[in-house]
This record gives sequence, C-alpha cells and structure tokens, in this order.
Amino acid sequence: MTADSTNELEGQLAEWRAYTHRRRELHHTDADELEDHLRSRITELTEAGLHADEAFLIAVKRMGSLDELSREFAREHSERLWKQLVLPGEPDAPTAARSRRELPVMVLCAAAAALAIKVPGWFGLDLSDGDAAFYARNLSLFALPALAGYFVWQRRVGPHVIGILALLFVLGGVAANAYPMADDSQTLVLTAIHLPLALWLVVGVAYVGGDWRSDRRRMDFIRFTGEWLIYFALIALGGGVLTAFTAGTFRAIGLNAEGFIEAWLLPCGAMAAVIVSAWLVEAKQSVIENMAPVLTRVFTPLFAATLLAFLVAIIWTNNGIDVERDALILFDLLLVIVLGLLLYAISARDLTARPGLFDRLQLALVASALVIDVLVLLAITGRITEWGFSPNKSAALGENVILLTNLAWSAWLFLGFVRGRMPFARLELWQTRYVIVYAAWAWTVVLAFPLVFNFA
Amino acid sequence: MHITKDLVAASATPLVLGILAEGDSYGYAILKQVNELSGGQLEWTDGLLYPLLHRLERLGHVKSAWETPVGGRRRKYYRITDQGRAELAEQRRQWAAVVDALRGVWRTAQSIKPITAPAWEAGR
Repeated sequence: MTADSTNELEGQLAEWRAYTHRRRELHHTDADELEDHLRSRITELTEAGLHADEAFLIAVKRMGSLDELSREFAREHSERLWKQLVLPGEPDAPTAARSRRELPVMVLCAAAAALAIKVPGWFGLDLSDGDAAFYARNLSLFALPALAGYFVWQRRVGPHVIGILALLFVLGGVAANAYPMADDSQTLVLTAIHLPLALWLVVGVAYVGGDWRSDRRRMDFIRFTGEWLIYFALIALGGGVLTAFTAGTFRAIGLNAEGFIEAWLLPCGAMAAVIVSAWLVEAKQSVIENMAPVLTRVFTPLFAATLLAFLVAIIWTNNGIDVERDALILFDLLLVIVLGLLLYAISARDLTARPGLFDRLQLALVASALVIDVLVLLAITGRITEWGFSPNKSAALGENVILLTNLAWSAWLFLGFVRGRMPFARLELWQTRYVIVYAAWAWTVVLAFPLVFNFA
Repeated sequence: MHITKDLVAASATPLVLGILAEGDSYGYAILKQVNELSGGQLEWTDGLLYPLLHRLERLGHVKSAWETPVGGRRRKYYRITDQGRAELAEQRRQWAAVVDALRGVWRTAQSIKPITAPAWEAGR
C-alpha cells in the first residue's frame, strides 16, 4: 500500500467513525470493535490484491448499513437508550471533560440553593415562627440565583450578561425587602406571586445564554419551562413519599422526625429540586420525546369539552358569572392553562405540517376561553366601577387584559392558519415575542404596585 | 444455496460458543471460521455477530477483554465461561435431538424422496 492510499483509507475510516458517533445505540467501544473488524477485512482484501478504497467499500458493505447495525445493537442494548436519561451518552471529545463536570456542578448549585434557604435562620428568621411573610416574598431568591448560576456556567455566558443578571436579582431582592409592606398587605401577596415569575424570566436570559433576542432560543426556554414543571411535580411527588416514610419509620422507633422534616427536608429539598429538575430536563432533552406536548395532546380535547360545556351551561341557566376574589384568580389560572396548552402544542408542532383536526380543536379551545374571559372581564369592570381600584383587582384586571390580548391575537392567527392563509411560524413568532410583555408586567407589579398603592 | 434467516439465527449461538470452546477469539476471526466451517454456506452479517456476542456476554456465557498484542492493534477478545460450556453442552443435546428427528424423517418419508419442484414453483 502506498502512503497516499493509506492516508486516504485513514480518512475514510475516520469518516465512518464520525458516522457511528451519531448513533446513540453504538457505544464508543462498540465502534472500536467494529472498526477493528473493518480493518481486518480491509487488510485481507488488500492482501488479495484489491486497492485500499475498493477494500474499504467492500468491507463497509459487508458490515451492513449503519441503520441496520444500530437497530440490531438497540435490540440487544435497549437499556442504553434509557441510561442516557441521567448519564449523557458518549459526547465527542472536546465536550467530554465538560460533561464529566456537569454532575458535580449541578450538585454544587443544588446545594447552594438548599443552603440559601437556611441562611436567614442563622439570623433569627425562623421558618416556623412568625416570619412566614419574609420567606413568602423571598422564596424565589433562594433557588433561582443558583439556577441562573448553573446556566451561566453551562452556557458559558459572558461577563456582560452576568452583570445584567446580577443586577436584576439584586433589584428584585431590594424591591421585595426594602418596601415597607405590612405582612398582611395585598401588595406583599402580589410581590410574593409576581417576583418568582419575574425572576424566572431572568433565569430565561441565562438559559438562552444571553441571546434573548433570538426567537428560537426563547421558544427553547418556553419548552424548557413546561418540561421543568413536569419534572418538578414528579420530584415533589417522590419527595412526599420520602417525607411520609421518614416520618413514619422514625415514629416507629420512638423518634419524632417532624422537626427535621419541617426545618430541613422540605425547604432544602424543594430548593434543590428546582436545580435538579432543570438538570434532568437538560440531560434527557434529546433522548425521548418531551412530555409537555404529549400531555397537551391529552388535555386539549378535555379542556375544550369542559369549557364548551361551561359556556352552554351559562347560556342554558342564564346565570352571569359571580366574580368573587377567588373566582377571579380561578379564571386567570384558566387562561394560563389554555395558554399553556396552546404554547406547548405550538412548541412541538412540525412547522411545515398542514392544519389538521387537532389544530381545529385547539382553535375551539382558545375561542371558548376567550368568550368566557370576556364575560369575566365585564364582571370585573362592574366591580371596579362599584368599589374602586385595589391592588388585587388591578393586578387581576391587568393580567386578564394581557392574557386576553395574547389569546385573542393567537386565535386570529390560528384561524388564518387553519384556513390556510397564514404560515404557522407567524403564530410561533407572536408567542415568543409576547414573553416580553409578561416580563414587563411581572416587574411592574413587583416594582411599581407597592408605590402606586402606597404599600396597601 | 440460501440458508434462511431463522436457521441462521437458531444455529448462531451454538456455533459461536463452539468456536470459543476451542480457544479465545475475536469477532472477525469468528466470522471467518464460521464461513470456513460451513464451506461458505453460512454468511453472517456483522450486524448479527456483534450484538450476539454482546448478548452472550450479558447472559454470562462469554467474557470479553480488550487486549493489545505486541505490535498489533487493540482488539476485543472473547472467552467462553464455564456457564457458557454448560450452555453449549445443552444446545448440543437439543441440536442432536433435532438432527436425529430430521434424519428419521428424511429416511422414512418417501414422498420427499423425488426432489422435484412443486407444480406451483415450476413456472418460475
């Protein structure tokens, strides 16, 4: 064999190796074994008088297509596809060292979050005492900075963006703690609800690596949020089981573990779970289909049916919607859920697919939610003209208007799409841009509401 | 002559174990040996062999180790375990029973004797 043809052969083999890398079913060592096989055959064929490139072609051909090969391997090693849920498969060389550090860094961030919630306790602010209000308004400040930190490390975010992130976290912390709000004031409750939302979107800036102007990246973050919620809920369920066993088994041997559970297990576990869920979403991202779109498929028809039934009931009984404060929140939540169903259907949709039955169902869902919300809005406006503005009513009104605008325009774009007049991408673009409005509103409630309403 | 997939699959385990019972070997050599033993009739694809070796390893019939012979390439060698030998003996008994039964059939069943193509295949 000449030096030239040897080089060429090595190049071809390297290319073949690169192809095997893309197969999750084929591990690094499997590829080694197969490469040895290829080389053996090539040597034999060249000794029989073939040129190196001919020998390579024949050897690869005898090996069978990689598709077939990896199918056979997948059949034998089905566990490999699952293991990657937690342990990222076989990354290419440059990222290998980094992904080995992935787990320790995640554990470090989770520990930081878990520890953060214990720090105020050292200064006499006890969870179980009368300082619940302190914890309520600061809850997001314990875990979310650690989460943002994790993404800063993972995405190698530049110092410029880190500065902005830090500034926003400090701003949120100051607003929550420096304003003289009474423990039972409405503005404090509003801050406790809106600060996590505002800071979650700040985490989003870290998640997209500072590239928050990109629509695709923003959609990624929306997707991430849905998956994160599912994982968090799952971990919370598991945590409940763990808590029950801890309490039960220790009681059985005459020890009272409730103090430990309340002071350590629950708060620290919840904070750490925020980070662990995020890490899980990241780790399994490419392995199995995401859950949120699957759930969306199940619940879109069910919610559509429920809302339509509700509308029919309103017309049938001729009852108006009686807007109590609790009911206001309920309807806001309803809009959020409809929006969520819409968002996750959008996020998983094949952008080029033609409109189908599911899209029409979605449109029916959005339309009925809109009708219901207009009824609610009328009721709220009636209440406000009667009783005047309060922080709660204003926040509810603002949120309703914002959600309504989003849903209304989505419905319009959706209608255009279902009738084949508009590309689906318009809808996606609208949703990803609208995230800014939510961020602006959440920050407004946190920063401006206490001032406007005189800390009421 | 083409040997059907089912037969190839059924005979693969005893063949591989039998070859490894003679001595440690690696994928390519096993493949070549199968080819020689069958007089070229049994042509395995590589897609069959390697997952099979891995399955036998998972079941504990064989063990594998990476070895680098002096001046050679790193290569994965397989060695049969005691459990593998027991499995081989068991498979051998089963195959002997099958072969005996077949032999009996070939002898007694006169209808098979004239090996002519059936009418519906004659047109091909």
